[in-house]
Amino acid sequence: MQDSKSVGVITPQYVQISTPLQLKSGLVLDSYHLVYETYGQLNAARSNAVLICHALSGNHHVAGVYAETEKSLGWWDNMVGSGKPIDTNRFFVIGVNNLGGCHGSTGPASIDIKTGKPYGATFPVVTVEDWVETQAQLAEHLGIEQFAAVVGGSLGGMQAMQWALDYPEKVRHALIIAAAAKLTAQNIAFNDVARQAIMTDQEFYGGNYYAYNTLPRRGLRLARMLGHITYLSDDSMATKFGRNLRNGELSFGFDVEFEIESYLRYQGDKFADLFDANSYLLMTKALDYFNPADAYDGDLSAAFRVAKANFLILSFTSDWRFSPERSREIVKALLDNKINVSYAEITTSHGHDSFLMATPHYHRLVRAYMDTIST
Amino acid sequence: MNDTTAPSTIALRPDFAAIAAWIKPGAKILDLGCGDGSLLRYLRDTRNVFGYGVEIDDDNLLKCFRNGINVIQNDLEAGLSGFESDSFDYVILSQTLQAMRHTEGIIKEILRVGKEGIVSFPNFGYWKNRVQVISGHMPVSKTLPYHWYDTPNIHLCTLGDFEALCQQCNARILERRVMNNDRLVKFLPNLMGMLAFYRFERQD
Repeated sequence: MQDSKSVGVITPQYVQISTPLQLKSGLVLDSYHLVYETYGQLNAARSNAVLICHALSGNHHVAGVYAETEKSLGWWDNMVGSGKPIDTNRFFVIGVNNLGGCHGSTGPASIDIKTGKPYGATFPVVTVEDWVETQAQLAEHLGIEQFAAVVGGSLGGMQAMQWALDYPEKVRHALIIAAAAKLTAQNIAFNDVARQAIMTDQEFYGGNYYAYNTLPRRGLRLARMLGHITYLSDDSMATKFGRNLRNGELSFGFDVEFEIESYLRYQGDKFADLFDANSYLLMTKALDYFNPADAYDGDLSAAFRVAKANFLILSFTSDWRFSPERSREIVKALLDNKINVSYAEITTSHGHDSFLMATPHYHRLVRAYMDTIST
Repeated sequence: MNDTTAPSTIALRPDFAAIAAWIKPGAKILDLGCGDGSLLRYLRDTRNVFGYGVEIDDDNLLKCFRNGINVIQNDLEAGLSGFESDSFDYVILSQTLQAMRHTEGIIKEILRVGKEGIVSFPNFGYWKNRVQVISGHMPVSKTLPYHWYDTPNIHLCTLGDFEALCQQCNARILERRVMNNDRLVKFLPNLMGMLAFYRFERQD
């Protein structure tokens, strides 16, 4: 079905960046490329740019579709488009695949020109700060000196936050959705189980599975299944699956019996075909390391002292992986610094995944906020 | 607040004007139970204040967004733990006190977070309310527009009642203003006044 509000057929673009990237880890990446997409028109004053930062498994393909490709709708197409909450009639919207990803930007599966082989395990660990640096390079390439807004959910929200801290003059508004200023121990624990699932897969080969022409599919599948459970809520699972059986009766065996098993296995299989395991490891590490308060003895308010943007913080009541409590910590730090901030705690039952859903109240709030941003 | 918002189109509301008259230009304000944000927007436009609203209702929150004011979704009944002590010049509670469960608690929180508190409420002691009670019915009026069975107002009080609560909470009343529609009431305020406004501070 044709969506009249869709941005339509989109073609990704590439940029090669030759400015060496000093990584937080101390390593240096001499050059790299980024894949990105844009929607809408950059205005003459170059003042209407909106950067969308993606989460763990997202990418640059935020909205629209690819020509002659089925099921190629962008991951946030319900949010970004003509007349949508982030309106491409007003804003020039940019989606970019993060460094270390597996959708076209330089990542572990890319060929390292020094060796002529995929980076594999030699690809450096990248952080949210590093990503912001690469995105700043992209902004320079596009001639954007200041973003009207930087927007992201989950890990994407962390990038929006980091933007406001690293480049206070370059961000007018930061929209931080279903995010946190740092992960809790429980959250890191989930990430480590996911990593262990991948790294203990016999096909992982220490991250160099490309050389063996294989993939740690089982590990990545388990990692995704675990992750998926934490992105949903108990209520939403109960509503969607309950204790429903696929074949209507117990089989007293270990094949798929409950609908939830079937669903999770399907999600895991699908993901294992599409995503690179090394990228998954990197993304989860970036999540774990993120903690802007770290340089200020744990004082998040001190970390936000430099921020100048206006902030919108959104959380979802059923999100237990990035709970409203975490968002309120961000709000507190902003209040302490007399920074413009609005905060909404949106009642939903979809858990962490709520930030991707087209819940009417959620979309109305984002639209209302975006409408107040001058271009 | 946000980049652009059209100039305030709110017709001058006497109760807003009464509060604005007490606010020093450029002050930092917290408006508790800010509704659709029109008071905060009015104060921003007329007194150049910097402020945040606190509101729990989803529909009101959306209206605040559209009004381009800062608003934090929070349940006042749970207190103001997200706000530092002495971090605002004024904490305003405009016509919300009577609908709160933890009346004493919120007064104490206002005293903690604000250098000064400003509270307004409908005066239950207004003669027309008294007449209705004497005639055997719970009052329904311009300032108390609900029936007894659908009212959100659970803690109605008179001027005298509120002043007693202030004393109990160690609040020193700095100024009182009593109004009947847009008129200031000087004579028999507890009988003639529809709306009461108090400005107070912590008595150490």
